[in-house]
Amino acid sequence: MTAAAIPRPHLGAARSFRPVWLLAAAGFLVGSMLVGVLVGPANLGVLDVIRSLLAHAGVPGVHSGLSQTDETILWQIRAPRVVLGGLVGATLATAGASYQGVFRNPLADPYLLGVAAGAGLGATIAVAYAPSRELLPPAAFAGGAVAVTVTYLLGSAAGRERSGATLVLAGVTVVSFFTAVQTFVQQQHADTLQQVYSWILGSLPSSGWSDVVLLLPWVGVSLAALLLHRRLLDVLSLGEEEAATLGVDVGRVRLVVVVAATVGTAGAVAVSGLIGFVGIVVPHAIRLVVGGSYRLVLPLSVVVGAGFLVLADVVARTVLSPAEVPIGVITAFCGAPFFAVVLRTSRKGFR
Amino acid sequence: MIDLEGVSVTLDGRRVVESVSLAAAAGEWVTLVGANGAGKSTLLRAVAGLVPAEGSIRVGGDEVARLRRRELARRIAVVPQSPAVPRSMSVGEYVLLGRSPFVSYMGSEGRDDLTAAQAALERLDLADFAGRDLTSLSGGERQRAILARALAQEARVLLLDEPTTALDAGRQQQVLELVDELRVEQGLTVLSAMHDLTLAGQYAQRVVLMAHGRVAAQGEAEAVLTVEAIAEHYGAAVRILEGAVVPVRR
Repeated sequence: MTAAAIPRPHLGAARSFRPVWLLAAAGFLVGSMLVGVLVGPANLGVLDVIRSLLAHAGVPGVHSGLSQTDETILWQIRAPRVVLGGLVGATLATAGASYQGVFRNPLADPYLLGVAAGAGLGATIAVAYAPSRELLPPAAFAGGAVAVTVTYLLGSAAGRERSGATLVLAGVTVVSFFTAVQTFVQQQHADTLQQVYSWILGSLPSSGWSDVVLLLPWVGVSLAALLLHRRLLDVLSLGEEEAATLGVDVGRVRLVVVVAATVGTAGAVAVSGLIGFVGIVVPHAIRLVVGGSYRLVLPLSVVVGAGFLVLADVVARTVLSPAEVPIGVITAFCGAPFFAVVLRTSRKGFR
Repeated sequence: MIDLEGVSVTLDGRRVVESVSLAAAAGEWVTLVGANGAGKSTLLRAVAGLVPAEGSIRVGGDEVARLRRRELARRIAVVPQSPAVPRSMSVGEYVLLGRSPFVSYMGSEGRDDLTAAQAALERLDLADFAGRDLTSLSGGERQRAILARALAQEARVLLLDEPTTALDAGRQQQVLELVDELRVEQGLTVLSAMHDLTLAGQYAQRVVLMAHGRVAAQGEAEAVLTVEAIAEHYGAAVRILEGAVVPVRR
């Protein structure tokens, strides 16, 4: 029998379902983005918008039916905001799933581990002391990295098993401390108070494409690195020792994944402020549907996370229209009850 | 295949294993026995390269401490005492994890890996279970799944730490028979730690009795597992009936 005659073995239902789920998720994302560009104070016709999108995508023979003003609204205000929301949502969801994987803790997320608080402090210092917005992401990253390191050290000092409780408690401690320092810096610089405060609540700026350009490298590197580790996160789900007996350098994987997730989170936090719960809600919803393998959970987190945040932003823009609700309020409003459910079910054992 | 010379392990400042020397030839099954805390598990972990050890531990002629993780994982497969059971992972995906030592750092499994995992599933009669959730398996099936994972690893050495403690008498026997078949069929070298002295004697070619981190006796089961030795090292009153270690009421 030649090698070609051996039927390709199929190992488990999850593998064979993969294309279906990815297609469904992609459909969700496209739908969300369409809703995102359609909803707003100015009424742009659905067909006109689709024609304009197709024309910009370079489909021959299609011409935008929108007026010059509507074109500007679509391409300079709504589209960048939708893209930015997508990038931020993809990053927060994927980073959350990755943190849950390396810490083997269903409640790990950029916010609970203090990454966001640290990034917040870094960004606040940058707003208060540095003139240039380009310094925001690096400052946020530095803060986030310091915070997650402290959380991890505290959590592992408290117990040899980096179990749920110790890590989350360490995170709470770190969050309180960093938030206190941040409030102090903020009060010292009352002139930036308004800017910092609205940023803390989390909102997507309508600043055209500049934020997208600022964020793209951070998110690109982070997501690529995390997706490349999806198989290793599955190995890590066996625990440190078993992963080691399978030839995996657990320390290195954990370091790379935490750095990559922190880079992405810091970038997202720098442009959009503190948008909570995305990193918990999205990965867990995905796990409920497709199972726990990171080979599926990570790519789906990218796509579904993006769609979720775009939709949340639509709600944030419309619910008190013409005023805007901070998007962090929306995600917390759906996320907190969901979090409670995760907390209840995760007692049955994440491992 | 496995050669230990003067191996000592210190954990948290305490000497847990003290100058142990033993060897297991290729295709041989050697079982460590001894009371709780005698150092059996720690010795196995040292052989697997999971805890630093003094002395010399060689597998296939090379020092374990000098081998890289991946190389070591290609030589030694470990069945831990209580394997992790990841939530919502299929049996097929689980067995495929055994191919990790052959997959590049950020790569994914190739055709060979899928074929090896499939062969391991079939060898352990788990082919029909490939799509099932690991958590839905019974204790005995789960033990077969982890053996399949170890088999997919294609290592020449199998380390088993109390492989059957959680199983009933029938399942214990099935699992041990299976390990023995694999040992004969694939020429595996097996080093195990076991509590059940009767089973230890029935399956191992050589039994190593450990006490307080040291080797108290080693050799064939009849020579090592004597009424006197068991009284001394386990504090148990037993009779030996046709190779079976039977507790007696005092």
